[in-house]
Amino acid sequence: MKKLTLSLMVLALTGSCQIASAGDITGKVTLKGTPPTEKAIEFIDQCTTLPHAVSTTRWYVVGKDNGLADVFVYISKGLEGKKFPAPTTPVVINQEGCMYYPYVVGVMVGQPLAFKNSDTFMHNVHGLPKVDGNLEFNIAEPFQGQVNDTTFTANITKPEVLVKVVCDVHHWMFCYAGVQDHPFFAVTDKDGNFKIANVPAGSYTLTAYHLKAHGSAPGVSQQITVAASPVTADFTVEVPAPK
Amino acid sequence: MTFVLVWMGGLVTSNGAGLSVPDWPNTYGYNMFFFPPSKWIGGILFEHSHRLVASVVGFLTMLLALWLYGRNSRPVLRWGGLIFIVAGLGLCVKFPAHDKENICLSILGLAALGGSFVWPSSAPSPRWLRVLGVAAFIAVVVQGVLGGLRVTQLDARIGIFHATLAQLFLVLVSVIAISQTEFWRRLPVRAETDRGHFRLFFIAATCLVLGQLVLGATMRHQHAGLAIPDFPAAYGKVWPDTSPAAVARYNQNRLDVFSENSITAFQIELQMVHRIVALIILIAVSLGAWRASHYLGRHHPLARLAFLWLGLVLTQAFLGAATIWTGKSADVATAHVACGALCLVTGGLTSLLSFRMLASPVAQCGVAQKNELTSLLASSSITR
Repeated sequence: MKKLTLSLMVLALTGSCQIASAGDITGKVTLKGTPPTEKAIEFIDQCTTLPHAVSTTRWYVVGKDNGLADVFVYISKGLEGKKFPAPTTPVVINQEGCMYYPYVVGVMVGQPLAFKNSDTFMHNVHGLPKVDGNLEFNIAEPFQGQVNDTTFTANITKPEVLVKVVCDVHHWMFCYAGVQDHPFFAVTDKDGNFKIANVPAGSYTLTAYHLKAHGSAPGVSQQITVAASPVTADFTVEVPAPK
Repeated sequence: MTFVLVWMGGLVTSNGAGLSVPDWPNTYGYNMFFFPPSKWIGGILFEHSHRLVASVVGFLTMLLALWLYGRNSRPVLRWGGLIFIVAGLGLCVKFPAHDKENICLSILGLAALGGSFVWPSSAPSPRWLRVLGVAAFIAVVVQGVLGGLRVTQLDARIGIFHATLAQLFLVLVSVIAISQTEFWRRLPVRAETDRGHFRLFFIAATCLVLGQLVLGATMRHQHAGLAIPDFPAAYGKVWPDTSPAAVARYNQNRLDVFSENSITAFQIELQMVHRIVALIILIAVSLGAWRASHYLGRHHPLARLAFLWLGLVLTQAFLGAATIWTGKSADVATAHVACGALCLVTGGLTSLLSFRMLASPVAQCGVAQKNELTSLLASSSITR
């Protein structure tokens, strides 16, 4: 009985130490410069009759105080060799009104990424990874309410920023998933804010990547040190100069 | 019909619809011939109708191959029909859920069996034509399988082979078609000497056009939109900067509504090579037309064909430029594909006709020498 109590105490202490040594990273990504005007999407067939929450391209979604949405922020260095269990809760991308929502998501390797068809007609879900070892896939989702949460997970087994997913039936439909082998990433909200919770104490490289502003470049990075108190890391992303 | 199919194939890639139907040979789980028209939406319309027209072309090619064998092909048709009937009925018992498809198979077999008693009634065509007929049938089957593998294997390289074989198949059926015309029969066979080396010239230019079509197919199947968005300049220069920094900048500044892959330095260079080869073809075909007109006369069939070819190449060059100026409008890009196919067919037929009409100068020289020798021998024997 004594042994058990002692073990429980050690366990509790270790747990509390872990919580004490984990910190949150919060911050904001701000856009500098004037983004190009978004183009209107010309919907076709049944898509024309549906209400659309968004009916333009989403190159630069800018919110309050120039906060830039859809930026994938992740720890790019400092976690090598460490293993983390993948969450079992699926991240959901919804196909609604012939658009993907959300436009950018983050998902951990092995975590289910579910594609749901909320439209009354068919879409296909076509993943186009670029990293070796990740496999291209193409599945049909012909029925309303259909959900597939296995294909992406089975085919995308390596970290990649960002995996593009398209619908070839409706050529303007595409979205992106940032895939990491750890859970310390976030996607900025409509005002450019992000929060990465429970990061173990240590020194890391934090990277912010925006698919249009950075393109084939790796994004912007900064060094951070996480301790018990929350860390703030703000980024500025510049609209690229015209060609 | 094959030309229509090539056009439709162009529409599929131009609209980025090649993978809008993720399964093959089925379409969204349906037998492709019973896929409800109400579901032909968006990219599916292009891809599915391409598959259906391809099936019709495949069927017609089979009939063409049988027809070229004339009445000798009746047993094949008869036995084939019987096998289809039995297979259809057998599959009906084994897979009752697919009775609609299996009954259709049996009906097709019945039609073949019945038809075999009255068709084909013609005499067999010459051997070379029969061989071409079989080659066309094999090509169309391979082409169908390549199209299917492109969908199931998700490998863009297969698409390049699929596009190239489509062009070659069009040339093949065009050759078969022209051989059936009165124009072909009336052509004087090797009546003139090929003093201008037209045969070699035309075949070389046709090979250049084929190479250009392969380049074009490679560009299209990268699914990266326009690697260079301006013409005649390239990113404002004679030769664009393809350094990693420059390519990154090009990608950042691309504002596509549709889903396109990022461009690479290779794709930019590929388009530059495509432009250069286009210029070489234009010069070569112009030269060919001018020389044919000069040496053979303006009204000579080869000169006329060469000028038709030149007209098509000029149209093709304009369509290529228009593809860029319109930001790769699907219709213009498709017209560019279709006109490219016509350029290859015209080049192929011009080459074929040059081989039929013109005799090799070496062979002619040989014949002349032989005649001279014979007459000499004859005169010497008379003297003796």
